[in-house]
Amino acid sequence: MSEAVFYFFAVVAILSALLCILQRNPISAALWLVSTMFCLAAIYVLLNAPFIAAIQVLVYAGAVMVLFLFVIMLLNLGRARSDLRGFAFWMLALLVVGVLAARLLPLINYTPERLTLEYSRSEMLANPDLVFPAGRAGIEATQAQGVVGAVAQPLFESYLVPFEITSILLLVAIVGAVVLAKRRI
Amino acid sequence: MLLGQSLALSAILFSIGVAGVLIRRNAIVLFMCIELMLNAVNLAFVALAQVHGLNGQVIVFFVMTVAAAEAAVGLAIILATFRHTESVDLNNINLLKG
Repeated sequence: MSEAVFYFFAVVAILSALLCILQRNPISAALWLVSTMFCLAAIYVLLNAPFIAAIQVLVYAGAVMVLFLFVIMLLNLGRARSDLRGFAFWMLALLVVGVLAARLLPLINYTPERLTLEYSRSEMLANPDLVFPAGRAGIEATQAQGVVGAVAQPLFESYLVPFEITSILLLVAIVGAVVLAKRRI
Repeated sequence: MLLGQSLALSAILFSIGVAGVLIRRNAIVLFMCIELMLNAVNLAFVALAQVHGLNGQVIVFFVMTVAAAEAAVGLAIILATFRHTESVDLNNINLLKG
C-alpha cells in the first residue's frame, strides 16, 4: 500500500519537475515547482518524517515560492519569450544528466540490510540495529517524545552552535536583501 | 522502508535540476532549479535518517534555512540587476565581463 502511494507521488514529482524546467512562462514553472514540493512533502510522511513534511509545506511551498512569485509578478515577466538555450547546451545537459543518472540510479538497489552489510564488511555483524544504533534510538525517541520533540532535542543539544549561527545567517540575509533591493538607503 | 527508491527519486530530481540550470537562461527559473536540487538533497537526507537516526532530519532544517536565505538574497540581486539591464536573461547580464 505505502509503496503504491510512494510510486504515485514519485511519478507526479518527476513529471512536475520536468514541466517546471520546460515551461516557458516563469509563473507556470513556479507553480509546477510547488507541485513537486507538495509531492515531496507527501513522501516525507511516508518516510516517517511528518514534521519535516509540515515544514516543507510551510517554508518551501509557502514562503519561498511566494517570494519567487512575488518577484516574477513585480518584474512583470508573465509573457516572457522562450529562453531555452541552443543545441550545444542541450547536448551538455544530456551528457551531465547521463553521467549523474548512471552513477546515482544504482542506489535504487539499496536496502537498510545492504547498507549495513557494506558498512560493517562482515556477514556476522550485519544487523542494522547494531551497526546503526542511532537509527533504533531515533525510532524510540519518536515514540517517547513525539515527532517534534525527537527532532528538537538533537537540534537544541548537539547542534546548538550551528543553530545559533543559522540565526546570524538569517539576519545577514535580511540586511543583505534590503540593501540590495533598495534604490537609496 | 523505501530507502533505495527514495535515493533514486532524489537522484532523478537532482539530475532534472542540473539539466534545468544548463538549458534555461531566465535567472529566476535558474534559482527555481537550484531549489529543486536542494529539495532532492533533502529527500536523500530524510530517507537515510530512517537508518542513521534523526540527525538527518536536523540537517534538513539547516538546508531549508540556507535555501530560504539564498532565495531572499538571490532574488534581491536579480531585482538590482533588472534595474540596470531591464532583463533577467543571463545573456544580457554581462556587466562583469572584462
